[in-house]
Amino acid sequence: MNGAADMGGMHGFGPVEPEPNEPVFHAAWEKKAFALNMAIGVAGIWNLDAFRFARESLPPPQYLNTSYYGLWVVTLENMMLKHGVATSEEIAAGHALAPDAAAPRPVTAAMVADMVRCGSPYDRPAPAPAKFKVGDTVRARNMHPKTHTRLPRYVRGHVGEVVRIVGCHVFPDSNATDGREDPHWLYTVRFDGRELWGADSDPTVRVSVEAWEPYLEPA
Amino acid sequence: MQQPHAPHDHGHGSELDEMALRVRALETILIEKGLIEPAALDELIETYETRIGPRNGARVVARAWVDPDFRRQLFADGTAAIGALGYGGRSGNHLLALENTPSVHNMVVCTLCSCYPWAVLGLPPLWYKSAPYRSRAVAEPRAVLREFGVELPSETEIRVWDSTAELRYLVIPMRPAGTDGWSEERLAGIVTRDSMIGTGVLTRSREPAR
Repeated sequence: MNGAADMGGMHGFGPVEPEPNEPVFHAAWEKKAFALNMAIGVAGIWNLDAFRFARESLPPPQYLNTSYYGLWVVTLENMMLKHGVATSEEIAAGHALAPDAAAPRPVTAAMVADMVRCGSPYDRPAPAPAKFKVGDTVRARNMHPKTHTRLPRYVRGHVGEVVRIVGCHVFPDSNATDGREDPHWLYTVRFDGRELWGADSDPTVRVSVEAWEPYLEPA
Repeated sequence: MQQPHAPHDHGHGSELDEMALRVRALETILIEKGLIEPAALDELIETYETRIGPRNGARVVARAWVDPDFRRQLFADGTAAIGALGYGGRSGNHLLALENTPSVHNMVVCTLCSCYPWAVLGLPPLWYKSAPYRSRAVAEPRAVLREFGVELPSETEIRVWDSTAELRYLVIPMRPAGTDGWSEERLAGIVTRDSMIGTGVLTRSREPAR
């Protein structure tokens, strides 16, 4: 989708401000926002791509005016409501008003430690041979789905070169929407800075994205 | 342990209190419904505050500087190489190491949000997740680097890697001159987090007082 999260190439946000001796979290609630989202992920009620889609679906003014972990909080709340984990009355009350009859066993410390150690690999067996090879010239499709996609706007319609075949990976576009993994080949595609940003851009710049096969066409 | 909010988040003065209340409500509901045990939250916070951070990545870099076999493996199969040092898992299942050279400088961003190699660098700094970095790193990386105090030769190729999939990147910075004969541990001590994102370069003078 063309939401506020897709920021590559936007102007007007000002300078980058590195913070000396930055702490991992800036407030106690940020720790909880992080941990709650990670832990509930282990329960498997929704997947990572669905969470990302929900976050980038926030109205642009809200997205841009909310801090990073604030976005995690608002999105968690939305997902709990959407998936029937909580009612709006419960969120207003700050307490459960009824037990969750369908609750799986609770996520424990041992379960999250396993999740951190094992992660969640996204590579899958390939259903078909890769269509492109290293060195191929490809065009990122000019597509504007209203659903989740990981093809940033700034590369759409532009021509680049396949520099690496990453593997066959879960396709976020379908996984976010209906949980279908529908694995596709994933490529590193490199673009010349001038192709993306015009003749005045820095000629020494190359920008690459990871692009699934459905994002690409021969050029 | 409430800490002052970051200067980047100006304009959200009341957000702190509001968010603290909202998080508490969600936490209470999830625990009361039997979905999450409180100890799971403590485990996650402690893991990323104390156990998984940029010292992991610094060990990978130092090993790559002193051990040619490890270096070869790291660039051939980054996931396996960091696995041999005990790193991997969450946000580290698919890792690509990027080699900085005198002619090529690599720099990592996630324009869409905040993808970052947690397994070797921990959680990303605020600036990495901020709109200025996400919007500009892909369009004017030299200007962004200057804001980090990094000035590269004008002919150096800058490769910006936008983390749009579950592949994560670790930049392997160039080993500074004047460090011949240093132990792996001493070398790891001069590897900064920013140098492994590609927004910093290393000099020997960064070594902390010994």
